[in-house]
Amino acid sequence: MAQVVVVTSGKGGVGKTTTSAALGAALAQTGERVAVVDFAGLRNLDLVMGAERRVVYDLIYVTQGTVKLSQALIRDKRLETLYLLAASQTRDKDALTDEGVAKVIAELRETFDWVICDSPAGIERGSTLAMRHADVAVVVTNPEVSSVRDSDRIIGLLDAKTDSARGEHMDKHLLITRYNPVRAGRGDMLNVDDVIDILSLPLLGIIPESDEVLRASNLGSPVTINNPKSAPARAYSDAARRLMGEDIPMDFPTDRSGIFSKLFGRKAA
Amino acid sequence: MSWFMPFRRRKSASVARERLQILLTHERGADNHSNLIPLLREEVLAAVAKYVTVDVDKVQVKIDRGKEISLLEIDIEIPCDPEPSSLKRRDRTSRAARSQRLAVSSAH
Repeated sequence: MAQVVVVTSGKGGVGKTTTSAALGAALAQTGERVAVVDFAGLRNLDLVMGAERRVVYDLIYVTQGTVKLSQALIRDKRLETLYLLAASQTRDKDALTDEGVAKVIAELRETFDWVICDSPAGIERGSTLAMRHADVAVVVTNPEVSSVRDSDRIIGLLDAKTDSARGEHMDKHLLITRYNPVRAGRGDMLNVDDVIDILSLPLLGIIPESDEVLRASNLGSPVTINNPKSAPARAYSDAARRLMGEDIPMDFPTDRSGIFSKLFGRKAA
Repeated sequence: MSWFMPFRRRKSASVARERLQILLTHERGADNHSNLIPLLREEVLAAVAKYVTVDVDKVQVKIDRGKEISLLEIDIEIPCDPEPSSLKRRDRTSRAARSQRLAVSSAH
């Protein structure tokens, strides 16, 4: 049975697209069949996944029945079980209807083990469309006041707007991104416990702030493929395994700079 | 180097945490009842207006949320009737203001 995961946050720029690409790739790296679907208002997932020049048909073509799902799915060049369904760059976003999205998700469920929906920012129609058909939500939050507040609103929305016909509450997980253990240690950034306390969601993972994330998106490769040994890639891979139900101990990022660099104020890695 | 300055100002993260906790408690309460209050206000008003003239602006609906039980308070100010005859049959005890209290069990 396929799992439909919505990656959401409320606030823009916290790492939803990066997370969708990295989690999708990490799941596919374990051999699972994964479709990553871009619901975002502006098309970016294809760029982060390095498939921007291969997009011919997008999600709207499929929901409207202009083309078949198989014609619009783009297979990843590095992982053969990873597919992308791109968002429309130019066409009217109101063209996405609830029925159309329901049909596409139902069809994706038949073919894939995982459907990862990259939700747009905001709490308007686009993001509720993406969350309505999901089984699981990953709430992406930066340890920063505006992001935490918007995540709280999205959590309220997840409870209210999801397919209540199923009569169950959606499984929700918290993914903290851009976590900087040095700043958190100094008391200049909300720490992991603060964020969990405030949002009261189970923790799926902590992605440390890292140059590797930017480097991977520069190259158009999910960080879990581009540098699997890097700290953010390992954190994403662990998060993916937790989504699969495995019991992986949480790796809390720590300040790894030595006493020397602390004393002389060198930038921590 | 905080150990040299024990009386330094508070860490910004703890200020952030406290501000968020206050704000979100407020926002969560507002969200849960965003539909309930206007709906109740409208329906109770309609029911009362059948019998007495009510100024729509003089109606207050508020909810005090508690752990076990929440208190819904509806204050409807009923004006002294300029023409008492019209009200005689319906309600002689009309006062300047009357409040009705209903206790409703909390939403959660």
